[in-house]
Amino acid sequence: MLAHSVFFYFFSVIAIFSSLMVITSRNTVNSVFFLILDFISVGCLFIMVGAEFLGMIILIVYVGAVAVLFLFVVMMLNVAEQKQSWFIGKKSTHIPIGLIVSVLILLELLVVVGGWKYKDDLMSSSTLNLSNISNTHQLGLVMYTDYILYFQLAGIILLLSMIGAILLTFRQRKGVKKQSYFNQISRNPSSSVELRDVESNKGVKIDD
Amino acid sequence: MIEIGLGHYLSLGAIIFFLGVIGIFLNRKNVIVILMSIELILLSVNINLISFSIFSGDIVGQIFTMLILTVAAAEAAIGLAIIVIYYRNRGSIRVEDIHGMKG
Repeated sequence: MLAHSVFFYFFSVIAIFSSLMVITSRNTVNSVFFLILDFISVGCLFIMVGAEFLGMIILIVYVGAVAVLFLFVVMMLNVAEQKQSWFIGKKSTHIPIGLIVSVLILLELLVVVGGWKYKDDLMSSSTLNLSNISNTHQLGLVMYTDYILYFQLAGIILLLSMIGAILLTFRQRKGVKKQSYFNQISRNPSSSVELRDVESNKGVKIDD
Repeated sequence: MIEIGLGHYLSLGAIIFFLGVIGIFLNRKNVIVILMSIELILLSVNINLISFSIFSGDIVGQIFTMLILTVAAAEAAIGLAIIVIYYRNRGSIRVEDIHGMKG
């Protein structure tokens, strides 16, 4: 139990520090790297608390796909490092309002956390409570039977987002030579080969 | 203090949620940081769902977490595509420069 608390505080301090650095660091590339650190530490927390499958999914999907996508876009867009930090520079009216709203949200959430008495027998469930099978096995037992519709809907959402991203970033460039299969196949000798008589000691002028 | 319960995990989720919201409000840089703040908020929601799922012995919370992961990946892909075409058209993704809708 002592190791559990030590690891919890270690990973949660890293997570909070790195999420603070995500929103305050000047260079956007550093923000993405701190986002990756945040995902890794929260994934370690998930693995530690017993949700191994989702922890590994966080490591694979978030760190391996989403954060690398962010990094790719940041490096592709040539986003320059900002000269001023967020609290100097042009005066903005929404910053104090935003601070007040955010602090209020934090206080409300912490009040809920601190003032809630949990039931003693919280270990009661409507679904499977089989502790002798692994986490991945439990997830598979429930996800492919009771929640198969949501699983399919998640697949459709991923397909839609893929189609949407391709459609949004697709553009027709001018001056790019492309292969046209129809033009290639529909050529015939009369349109592509020309026979000429060449006089001696004179060349042939090829019009191009 | 030594015993790590549900409240500790919920507090961690609340703090990360707060940092995500404050990152949206305080942002003076580009829009990508706003997208990263949204990712932080979704991550805090995942922490809440998983901790409730573990501490109440119900596996359904983890299934919801997986659906949230799907939606987060889709949202990141679409948002980054929109940012790429905005940068291609306007040449800047700073927050102050995006005022086409006068919002």
